[in-house]
Amino acid sequence: MEFTEEQLKRYSRHIILPEVGGKGQQKISNAKVLIVGAGGLGCPVGYYLAAAGVGTLALVDNDAVELSNLQRQIAHSVKTLGVNKADSAKQTFEALNPDVNVVAIKERINSKNILDLIKDYDVIVDGTDNFPTRYLINDACVMLRKPLVSGAILRFEGQITTILPGEGPCYRCLFEEPPPAGLVPSCQEAGVLGVLPGVIGALQATEVLKLILGKGKPLKGELLIYDALGVNFRKVRIPKNNDCSMCGKDPKIKELSDIPEQYCSI
Amino acid sequence: MNDIKIDKYLDIRGEVCPYTLVKSKLAVENIEVGQILEIILDYPEAASSIPKAMLNYGHSVLKVEKVNPKEWIIHVRKEVED
Repeated sequence: MEFTEEQLKRYSRHIILPEVGGKGQQKISNAKVLIVGAGGLGCPVGYYLAAAGVGTLALVDNDAVELSNLQRQIAHSVKTLGVNKADSAKQTFEALNPDVNVVAIKERINSKNILDLIKDYDVIVDGTDNFPTRYLINDACVMLRKPLVSGAILRFEGQITTILPGEGPCYRCLFEEPPPAGLVPSCQEAGVLGVLPGVIGALQATEVLKLILGKGKPLKGELLIYDALGVNFRKVRIPKNNDCSMCGKDPKIKELSDIPEQYCSI
Repeated sequence: MNDIKIDKYLDIRGEVCPYTLVKSKLAVENIEVGQILEIILDYPEAASSIPKAMLNYGHSVLKVEKVNPKEWIIHVRKEVED
């Protein structure tokens, strides 16, 4: 690919990095990334990946923008209140970088559609806000061997890990089953500092770009936990579980299961 | 003494930083290890910043020559794959 003069300017700070260069920028331009959730995490992840020039960026979200989202979901605005979040973020990202093909998928992800939705993408990003969906995305990515960059936030704490099926542990190696509904409070019940998804989302976007470029060490087999109040980053090792029901030697889970309705109230 | 074989020429007269470096970097990416790129430029800062950057990338700078009051020629030999 030959860069246009505009692209040379837009991506100049990437091109002069030894780890990126013109070749790396081409890899970014050829990459296809799917982000589940255009909310607190999906907005900053998508924003930076659009700025970086990721060729195809898909956003999956079935919700509409509400005023209470704008404290942290930076791709939306008062102009897009009531608009589907994937559409709203698409407008923002296209305005930032017309090189990027932004695909708005206005669906709720479920066991029936997930494999079809993710199959054509190189990297999947989890920016969802509930455990059943997190497990569904994990299971689907393990089945199709898709790299998954998973993030989560609550109150003043966030966490992130990169799941590389076949190479490292999956989410079920850490906790085999989602916690029962109601045990872990949602952001809606417990609150979240608005900037927190920005920190975790930026880390997720960094992991995605490293995977695309094939540079650095992916955050696999480890959970990085950020404590904003104490200003601590700590890593917890996640051992791969050979008996894991999803990615172990003899996996018990053969098909995807649906999300109980009570989780989907957010 | 000028029997050096140039494999590729790059004219970046009129370009300023950082595009002088951006275009030089891309040109080096597009030659083979061992080949030599000749860059001609007229942006004074780049005459010192490009050789420095090329050394940092791991390449050799064979020559930096001010060929007239406003123009410089730099020879870079690609030493490592990008």
